Amino acid sequence: MDENKEVLMEEKIKKEIKEMDVIISKALNIGVITSALIIFIGFMFLIITNKSGYPKGTYPISPIEIFKGAFMLKPYAIILAGLLLLIITPVFRVAVSIITYFREKDYMYTIITIIVFIILMISFFLGKVE
Amino acid sequence: MVLTSIEILSFSFVGGLLGSLLGIGGGIIVIPALTLLLGIDIKYAIGASIVSVIATSSGAAVAYVRDNITNLRIAMFLEIATTTGAITGAYIAGLISAKYLYIIFGILLLYSAMAMLKKRHEELPQNVVSHPAAKKLRLESSYFDKAMNKEVKYKVAGVYSGFSTMYIAGVISGLLGIGSGIFKVMSMDLLMKLPMKVSTATSNFMIGVTAAASAGVYLMRGYVNPEIAGPVALGVLLGATLGTRIMQKMKNTTIRMIFIPVLAYVSIEMLIKGLGA
Repeated sequence: MDENKEVLMEEKIKKEIKEMDVIISKALNIGVITSALIIFIGFMFLIITNKSGYPKGTYPISPIEIFKGAFMLKPYAIILAGLLLLIITPVFRVAVSIITYFREKDYMYTIITIIVFIILMISFFLGKVE
Repeated sequence: MVLTSIEILSFSFVGGLLGSLLGIGGGIIVIPALTLLLGIDIKYAIGASIVSVIATSSGAAVAYVRDNITNLRIAMFLEIATTTGAITGAYIAGLISAKYLYIIFGILLLYSAMAMLKKRHEELPQNVVSHPAAKKLRLESSYFDKAMNKEVKYKVAGVYSGFSTMYIAGVISGLLGIGSGIFKVMSMDLLMKLPMKVSTATSNFMIGVTAAASAGVYLMRGYVNPEIAGPVALGVLLGATLGTRIMQKMKNTTIRMIFIPVLAYVSIEMLIKGLGA
């Protein structure tokens, strides 16, 4: 009887994990499609207005400047905001995997994935310092 | 400007298509096309290429992960080595001139072409002995091969040598802005002895994460030019979406035979440019 219960519980957890995988992959897919749309819109703006929103040959390079510019609908900043979103998707994927492994009670891979995530964060931080 | 953008979009599409098929990212097509065809500074080409690698990876990851062709455990474990290497590479890149980058990149491509040529007949790895660490890390798995129409169970060898090679692959990725997927695929294929499709799909997943590790650095340095990287991202995403659909049904040998001459041609072009001027 108890064994049956355990098997049922395990199946329930497996089903939940599967569902979560589907949700994660859908969310990431939406992220990728959204970034593509933002880049496309920014590009259309650039072609139609023929203005980049910045002095010739320059564009924003820090995330804050990029988002500021994007809110002001500057074409270059919109494109860069989309690119930034695209760049973040793999990082987001790693972050989400930490939660997935933890839910699967796979602690070895929870730790491995946390290490990868920390290294990614360090690399972003180093880029800022430069 | 519009015409140039369409041009960039077109070859980026091809880059995304081939990149997602082979797990090597779009950079291998995008960098030479931008520098050789359009004469764009290698700095911006590298920035655009980093973006293209992420686009290839993210565009293809959904399907490959869903169908279990990507081995996520192997990807995450090796990713520790690759991301560390990528940071190293991105910092060395500022110290090396474009001329040397051309030469290094040219040799790299030529080497890849030869390695691919050697492997043109192999279908599935034979007589693989499991590495003890592979068992401990639970790296071994299986996937359904749509071309062979059967479930393929596979073992994993050379865990430590694979891990070390991944660090070098990461350095190259940070240095040249390519996903260094060829190195990743080769070490998974030759050292860890994974089935080819698992190697390419796992590499495909990894290159995005590795590239993201150095993308921040390149963005802050101003290497990511929106007018170049924008159309590259769009073209590559479209190409990768199509590539994922046909990869599973296509024979690896066929893909290789299409790709080897392209690779050899581009590598020689790059070497000439690096050694010439």
